[in-house]
Amino acid sequence: MVIRGLVKNFGDTRVLNGVDLDIGAGEFITVLGPSGCGKTTLMRIIAGLERQDAGSVEIDGRPVDALRPNERDIAMVFQSYALYPHLTVFDNIALPLRMRRLSWRQRLPGMRRIDRSAQAIERGIAAKVREVAGLLQIEPLLARKPAQLSGGQKQRVAVGRAMVREPRVFLMDEPLSNLDAELRVHMRAEIAQLHRRIGVTFIYVTHDQAEAMTMSDRVVVMMGGRPLQFAPPGDVYADPEDLQVARFVGSPRINTLPGTVHAGGSIEVGGLAVPFDTGLAPGAQVTVSLRPADTKIALQTPDTAGADRAGRELAATIVHRENLGSDLFLHCRVEGIDATLVAREDPGKVGLLPVGAEIRIGLPVEHLLAFDASGRRVRPGGRMTSLAQPAAA
Amino acid sequence: MTPLVKPAQDLHHAYRRRDLREALAALALAGPASALIFVFLIAPLVCIALLSLTDYQLGAKALRFVGLHNYSEMFADRVFRRSLENTLIYVSVVVPLSVGLGLGAALLIEAGESLRAFYRTVYFLPVMATLIAMAIVWEFALHPKLGLVNLALKSVGIAGPDWLHDRHIVLYTLAGIGVWQSVGFNMVLFMAGLQAIPRDLYEAAAVDGVSNAWDRFRTVTWPMLGPVSLFVIVITAIRSFQVFDTVQVMTKGGPNRASEVLLYTMYSEGFEFFRTGYAAAVTMVFLAFVLALAALKTWFLDRRVHYA
Repeated sequence: MVIRGLVKNFGDTRVLNGVDLDIGAGEFITVLGPSGCGKTTLMRIIAGLERQDAGSVEIDGRPVDALRPNERDIAMVFQSYALYPHLTVFDNIALPLRMRRLSWRQRLPGMRRIDRSAQAIERGIAAKVREVAGLLQIEPLLARKPAQLSGGQKQRVAVGRAMVREPRVFLMDEPLSNLDAELRVHMRAEIAQLHRRIGVTFIYVTHDQAEAMTMSDRVVVMMGGRPLQFAPPGDVYADPEDLQVARFVGSPRINTLPGTVHAGGSIEVGGLAVPFDTGLAPGAQVTVSLRPADTKIALQTPDTAGADRAGRELAATIVHRENLGSDLFLHCRVEGIDATLVAREDPGKVGLLPVGAEIRIGLPVEHLLAFDASGRRVRPGGRMTSLAQPAAA
Repeated sequence: MTPLVKPAQDLHHAYRRRDLREALAALALAGPASALIFVFLIAPLVCIALLSLTDYQLGAKALRFVGLHNYSEMFADRVFRRSLENTLIYVSVVVPLSVGLGLGAALLIEAGESLRAFYRTVYFLPVMATLIAMAIVWEFALHPKLGLVNLALKSVGIAGPDWLHDRHIVLYTLAGIGVWQSVGFNMVLFMAGLQAIPRDLYEAAAVDGVSNAWDRFRTVTWPMLGPVSLFVIVITAIRSFQVFDTVQVMTKGGPNRASEVLLYTMYSEGFEFFRTGYAAAVTMVFLAFVLALAALKTWFLDRRVHYA
């Protein structure tokens, strides 16, 4: 699937501002972004439920812009599931097949009793519905109505209705957001397995970074109607192209510190000169950031307060502590600059690090990410990066 | 030292006191409504049922129990049979037409963006207008020589009939006015029903291959309107059983009983001929129909068309 220059306006508001994506066949793509970033609109345009103002969508090399939703060979799972409440689970799943395989005359009430060929088609449909139901383990529910199902069961029926006609592209619009936390984790694994089994292209829209990180081959991070980065989940976390991506992905949020570029290949952060050759003109303002997991702290003791170490570490005070059992998060106020850093520590050290303790924070150059004033990533060596090209599929 | 646990005896009394308090509160809350229902609904109904078994005449000093005599007289009476027949014809014309047209109007108005409020108001006007006053206007409009309807027909070369005095036509003329009057109300109910259908369902249907308007209507709109439709049908049927105003103002049941309907028979027997006992028996027949409709609605709502 190829998407080129998609633009969509709602009145005076520009919702999509030039979206270009190349998606490989069979890939699991997650569109991740905060609410209002245009991710749902993007999906609705791909589905054909909304018309773009500019740009085009191609599936298998064929432009689908002029096609109706049902002609695009896509299936969609809605956030609300959108099951037909008056139909049983069986009829819900069978509906897309009935619409495609039976003529309108054969669909008239009672015709399936009289028409022989309709009966044969109907038998084929029933076999297919049972096959899908078996795959999703909802066979015992086939005779029920949606009102008698739990959230997770409705979710599965919606997936069944989408997969029964074997579409080329599977669209999912925040399909897990109406489920409770435990079920969400479970369905996450189930959907990923389903993708591996049926092997078609999945496009999955979510605002939940855990879903994006755990399920997808590649993640599109969208902000303000533009894709900022399109890369495998690991890269989005460890190698963000944009400050907004760095801030959106990762919990707790990435630490940021204001810095100034100095001549001779260093950045001055809170009085420290960090060796980092940005290639930017001296005096340029940059943002230096560091993941909480890479933020290492040490208690300030007389022997660590030597001149040697003081030149490479920031002095700070612990102002707040969060012990989650598996992780200990320390919020540290850095002296001299108006910034609070969060450091992840081993909970075993909880006794050693009380609130109010004076500490030192190192800035390990290998983990530092620098961003210029417009939020674009600058790498050591002065190379400016452009939007990542899609990885070879 | 006092025991921490109260003896069973005390506990038992405490529970009984609490039960009593709850019962009193329930009585105080439900009492007034129940009393009003009894005084204004149940009691009159019982009175009518009892009266229908007597020969009571309005203003008479005495009455006599006559058993089912009123009923046997009624079912043998040609006028009553005619009246019942006319009412059933009237209902069977008005219900499908006004429900169908109301649904059609609602679908059309909901489909378009422009002038929605205007159309809604126009269709709803007859519902708000006083039917007696409107009946007089209709009487003018349907005048065989000077009426607007026949003048319009004449201008295109059709000789219009005498709408209100032709015994083959008069009942259908009244039914037409009945439809005119109830379409707007049905339309508003259907519009509310249409707006309650989630947009998601139409989008899911579009993705599932439901591509034309008829399939969309059959797959989503009509099933989702089920509860509303049933309500509209039952309400319209009950309201058309009650047809009276137009008959009273325009035809007085004539010509030659051609537009005699149940409520008009009830009125003329009870308040023109003062045969209250007989009128009460007619009322019981009318009530039987309305009750049957209400029961049908409850029965259906409980099992067939309820989703939630």
